[in-house]
Amino acid sequence: MPSPLRITVDDADWQYKWTDDRCIRWCNAPGRTGTRENGDPRAVRAEMCRPGARLTAGEPTEPPSGAVDDGSDVVPGESSDGDEAVIGEVDDGRDGTAGEAYGFPERLWRTVAEHRPPGLPEQRAFRSPLRGPWLTSVLGFLLLISLPLVALTGLLDYIAYGPQLHQSIPAHVGFLHLPYFNWPTRPAWLFQLTEGLHVTLGLVLVPVVLAKLWSVMPKLFTWPPLRSVAELLERVSLVMIVGGIVFEMATGILNIQYDYLFGFNFYTAHYFGAWVFMTGFVVHVTLKLPTMVRSLRSRSLVDELRTPLSRTEPEPPDDDGLVAPDPAPPTLSRRGALAVVGGGSLLIAVLTAGQSIGGVAREAALLIPRGRSYGDGPNDFQINKTAVAASIEPSTTGAAWRLSLTGGAHEVMLDRASLMAMHQHTADLPIACVEGWSTTQRWTGVRLADLARLAGVPHPAKAHVQSLEGGGGFSEAWLQQNQVLDSDALLALCVNGVDLSPDHGYPARVIVPALPGVHCTKWVRSIEFVR
Amino acid sequence: MTATLQRFRRFYGAHPLHLLTLVASFALVGYVISLLGVHSLWNDRVWWQSIIVWFLGAILLHDLVLFPFYALADRSLGAGWRAVTGRAPQATSAVPPRNYLRLPTMASALLFLLFFPGIIRQGSATYLRATGLTQQPFLGRWLILTGVFFAVSAIAYAARTLLVRRRAADSSATGAVDEHLGGVPAPDELVVHDGEATW
Repeated sequence: MPSPLRITVDDADWQYKWTDDRCIRWCNAPGRTGTRENGDPRAVRAEMCRPGARLTAGEPTEPPSGAVDDGSDVVPGESSDGDEAVIGEVDDGRDGTAGEAYGFPERLWRTVAEHRPPGLPEQRAFRSPLRGPWLTSVLGFLLLISLPLVALTGLLDYIAYGPQLHQSIPAHVGFLHLPYFNWPTRPAWLFQLTEGLHVTLGLVLVPVVLAKLWSVMPKLFTWPPLRSVAELLERVSLVMIVGGIVFEMATGILNIQYDYLFGFNFYTAHYFGAWVFMTGFVVHVTLKLPTMVRSLRSRSLVDELRTPLSRTEPEPPDDDGLVAPDPAPPTLSRRGALAVVGGGSLLIAVLTAGQSIGGVAREAALLIPRGRSYGDGPNDFQINKTAVAASIEPSTTGAAWRLSLTGGAHEVMLDRASLMAMHQHTADLPIACVEGWSTTQRWTGVRLADLARLAGVPHPAKAHVQSLEGGGGFSEAWLQQNQVLDSDALLALCVNGVDLSPDHGYPARVIVPALPGVHCTKWVRSIEFVR
Repeated sequence: MTATLQRFRRFYGAHPLHLLTLVASFALVGYVISLLGVHSLWNDRVWWQSIIVWFLGAILLHDLVLFPFYALADRSLGAGWRAVTGRAPQATSAVPPRNYLRLPTMASALLFLLFFPGIIRQGSATYLRATGLTQQPFLGRWLILTGVFFAVSAIAYAARTLLVRRRAADSSATGAVDEHLGGVPAPDELVVHDGEATW
């Protein structure tokens, strides 16, 4: 339904808004009426917004019945005389909650209303002329189409870790997951794409989220904060969406930079936090979608993009109290504000996308760990965990190293020379990390399928790879059948034509198309093929 | 039916579907917490490294620290100028400087907000273990980027000022004052506000 109430009087397009203590009259046709005669339109608005403001002589005192087009109960206040009137309350019930009336228990809500905490910023302290339902809705719309993509790619990555093989973190998620399926090995860049999108988009949306929160900030300080149980519940639900998004962004941003300031398990907190956020998000969209659609229709995007600063006007007063009652002169046009947000996002995109795209673009990733260069050598690419950090002793990777293959009738032991003597296969495959970065290299080694045949298990159901690394989060990994049997799934011995460096897993490491990097086990000690 | 509905709305404050949606969502969040385990929300040893503290703290930190901080910083930009010069900025310059200060500051602050761990070298031990490198270059790179933002802004400001002065000189020669820098004509009634509108 249209909002605010709209009536036509004296050939001018008037709009009215009621709140519990005031009435605001608004003229939507600039230059035609009171605004011009009274000088600065903003001054007139401020006057109208004062509690108990009186509409002065010559102006309509109350909306004529019948002219109100949304059928809500209009309760005009007392008229002192023909020329002046205080417009009273209206319970319009147009939004999700019932306007300005108090629900049960009324006495409680009224008591709350009367006890405004001292020091709480007044609505008039919020003076930006750009705030309003249209701007909030544009930002909301952007998040509505982009955040589901971040959520979806995150949930897909949970599956990429292999929950059926009990190696997704957190382990027990009840019904809170996408339908399980075997993570494919094709296209080889699948995990690179999902994780790159998840992290890059998550970072790129930070300015949009900050702008969205900025745009609704006055609502945090409205008093009374609650007029009914409905409003109480809705406020509580906002904790999920606001806490959720800031929590997810904060933990994600820290995690990709190896700053574990938070202390708790990142995977667990980020996964369950995401579900709390998604719950709040769905509720918020459900309750606010009509408002968003209505607000988006209230102004033309094309017109806004053509409106320079000199013609930037506040939005008409709204039901939700986003529009400043006493707006300051604009210092930025609405299109300028959108450009600032978009520019911020673009800046982040330029400074981060390179960690996933690689090549020359990586050099633009100036401020994140995976934009760094290691040099020009064949082994000079991104390291996930150093040999030192994994406590790999050089003595264990030297001549004494043996690869153990089990699962068949008897254990098969191979030294590195025997592996090198087997059929060597070369493939260009990405190492892609859950932190969003990836790097594609040319790997050479023995096909896992060949090793399975050698072990006497030509058609394994799955395989268990263990590292020389003692303990630690990812010192072992399970591979699905398709991940063992893919023609490019390798136990790599060489990269870019030379032996693997210690940091990249010498003497041998697993590399499988589309497999999360941490499951491409380095410093492999044994592989067990399970029938 | 309608009367019942109205009574419900008056009592609760919204449509019954509103209540159903919210109760369903609270139930789902309850389920999430039950899977996580209530005990996992809290860290007995280091209270501030608790999930619940971070979740609620995120709201408080944004709403009561970050937002007031940047709002005040922005407001003090104008107030500070007036305090120092005794005049509103538009009185002293043809092009209001506010946005030429705001934009590079915002860009620099945004990058700091996202990438501060590297810039202030937080988590250096885990960073070294993961990458084999140190966080040494990030502070310098951030400072260089910040410098570039302000330099570009300064060049843009100088160019804009020159352009406006030249136009003013041209138009005073022809006797007309073009107040609209972008060359877009505005309605008459707003011309008087233009100086104010641009600070």
